[in-house]
Amino acid sequence: MEEKRHTLSVLVENTPGALARIAGLFSGRGFNIDSLCVAETLDPTLSHLTLVTHGDELIIEQIIKQLRRLIDVYKVVNVTEEKEYVEREMALVKVKAEKENREEIFRICEIFRCKIVDVSPRSYIIEVTGDKDKLQAVIELLKPMGIKEIARTGIIAMKREKKTS
Amino acid sequence: MTGAQMVIEALKKENVEVVFGYPGGAVIDIYDELYKTPEIKHVLVRHEQGAAHAADGYARSTGKVGVALVTSGPGSTNTITGIATAYMDSIPIVVFTGQVPTKLIGNDAFQEVDTTGITRPITKHNFLVKRIEDLPKILKAAFYIARTGRPGPVVVDLPKDIQQAKGEFEYPEEITLRSYNPVYEPHIKQIEKAYSLLEQAERPVLLLGGGVISSNASEEAYKLAETLNLPVTMTLMGLGSFPGDHNQSLGMLGMHGTYYANMAVANCDVLLAIGARFDDRVTGKLDAFAPSAKIIHIDIDPTSIQKNVKVHVPIVADCKRALIKLWEIIKNAGKPKKYWKERFKEWWEQIDIWKKRYPLSYKNDPNYIKPQFVIEKLYELTKGEIIIATEVGQNQMWTAQYYKFKHPRTLITSGGLGTMGFGFPASIGAKMGNPDKLVIDIAGDGSIQMNIQELATAMEQKLPIKIIILNNGYLGMVRQWQELFYGKRYSQVKFHILPDFVKLADAYGAVGIRITKPQEVEPALKKVLSLNTLVILDVHIAPEEDVFPMVPAGKATTEMILV
Repeated sequence: MEEKRHTLSVLVENTPGALARIAGLFSGRGFNIDSLCVAETLDPTLSHLTLVTHGDELIIEQIIKQLRRLIDVYKVVNVTEEKEYVEREMALVKVKAEKENREEIFRICEIFRCKIVDVSPRSYIIEVTGDKDKLQAVIELLKPMGIKEIARTGIIAMKREKKTS
Repeated sequence: MTGAQMVIEALKKENVEVVFGYPGGAVIDIYDELYKTPEIKHVLVRHEQGAAHAADGYARSTGKVGVALVTSGPGSTNTITGIATAYMDSIPIVVFTGQVPTKLIGNDAFQEVDTTGITRPITKHNFLVKRIEDLPKILKAAFYIARTGRPGPVVVDLPKDIQQAKGEFEYPEEITLRSYNPVYEPHIKQIEKAYSLLEQAERPVLLLGGGVISSNASEEAYKLAETLNLPVTMTLMGLGSFPGDHNQSLGMLGMHGTYYANMAVANCDVLLAIGARFDDRVTGKLDAFAPSAKIIHIDIDPTSIQKNVKVHVPIVADCKRALIKLWEIIKNAGKPKKYWKERFKEWWEQIDIWKKRYPLSYKNDPNYIKPQFVIEKLYELTKGEIIIATEVGQNQMWTAQYYKFKHPRTLITSGGLGTMGFGFPASIGAKMGNPDKLVIDIAGDGSIQMNIQELATAMEQKLPIKIIILNNGYLGMVRQWQELFYGKRYSQVKFHILPDFVKLADAYGAVGIRITKPQEVEPALKKVLSLNTLVILDVHIAPEEDVFPMVPAGKATTEMILV
């Protein structure tokens, strides 16, 4: 069966240990986590977790069922199955900014609508937001200048509302 | 009210009649309250593993939640094997563990261990109580989670300062947890689909697992099997859910299942599996498992469905309620028993051929006691009306094959985890829960030594449990694998020193009997059954007897080694 990447949106009780339960489930059952992003929601008793994983259809089905089986897990949505959804990730990229490269960095930033959020004599920190492909493209283009450090948030995702009513 | 008092009050509210435990510094406060509460019986074990297994044996044999109480650190870690055993077999137990005071947590304090961290993957859920206000609700939730849905063990970790803290005790009558809503009622469309498959079936098989026992659905399963004239096979955990002496019973399937059960499953066209999870010991090689069958799978846990085997009609529901709904459809369809009898006549003829070709068999030997013979004799003398606990290994498989379990909750065995040392402490729990029933532990000479210290517990409680040791001086099941698959290289499976079990029984004030010849078996068993005290019957069996049939690991269940 074909392996596919899936983004799962998980609402979980905001209790100590809830995240450990989810992480432990993945390691204990040999599932993959490609990225994991946790944040609070409007309801302080619930946390929202966006999890990117990959596997064939049966494995994804099993992952979702196993997540739902956890007592602390309130809701699991396979965002990838929803087809219409928005996915975003942010990265901070510290890139060497030698004189001869600065023009090129500016150009890349402009084209990809990135922000330069910190400037020092030898390097810039660039903030880039977008889907996975965009981040990858920016990183590839910046590589030749010399990337010193990258920090990424991991993916967050949201289902689109229906356009017609 | 103090936290310790709340724990005791919760036990009363939950109608807990017995607690299996071992005191220590971090639970002294609870023990102090127990001292003042004579209505709750406490069984003092000799090792905390024994407490967890005893609570488990109590739960398996009674259907109620078993309770264990242990101290922090080593007290807690000693229960781990017991908790994992209960988890693998979906047994409802609540384990209370002491913990160092909240302020010291994380400080490597004396007898501190991260109990909730360690038990997370082997519990259905666990709690670390950090505020006294949360305690009543957590206590209620612990019992509720353990017993509902797919049952399982729950750990409640109680820091010492929480036990001493004072708070309001209001025990909720009902509890709802927004993130935990087990589905009990089946989807009626799915039940209809299941019936229509059964209606079209020519070669159906009914497969019953432990879920039938835990949901108390044996009667419903019996009615279904009898009316539709279905061949019935059971997993190890399912034995007793359908009478083993019934002519429709094919016995156990899988690695050490009967030839005819495995052949029936391999050739069936509809497999109705209820409360079974298609473990590798049952399926053997997956591609070759029931290859031509449409599979209907009823289970309360959605993760069990479609995990190993492709299922055509998944039904997430409580086994009992699903069977009740299925029965309604069968009743409305109104086909008489005669119809089904006629319909599956040819199929039964085929099964009878398999039954005749390779019945369960072994060769008697005038010089050696055969273990199968011991179990057969025990069955003849007790007719399925007792509770049998087993250890793990050959003793367990011979018991599963040759004892025809008649009632649910009469076989107490570690199926999923395969825990040696489980049977004896579990039989202590079973006997505490069933004082009027005879409880026998079928053991091996290896397993029994893993929790032999509990002899003192059983004697102290005056429990006339019978231990039958099928003593071959080997770790028999591993020896069998080494014989069959590792060129008879018997690596570390021979016990060169074994205790004198007769003297050992004597040392604990119990009765010990040793037999070595086949003609001694029947009189010895009769004597053991007549004595109203704890007896160890040390049966010296043929040292290199194997368990057959056997499906080698990873092979198709039709590729059995028969003798």
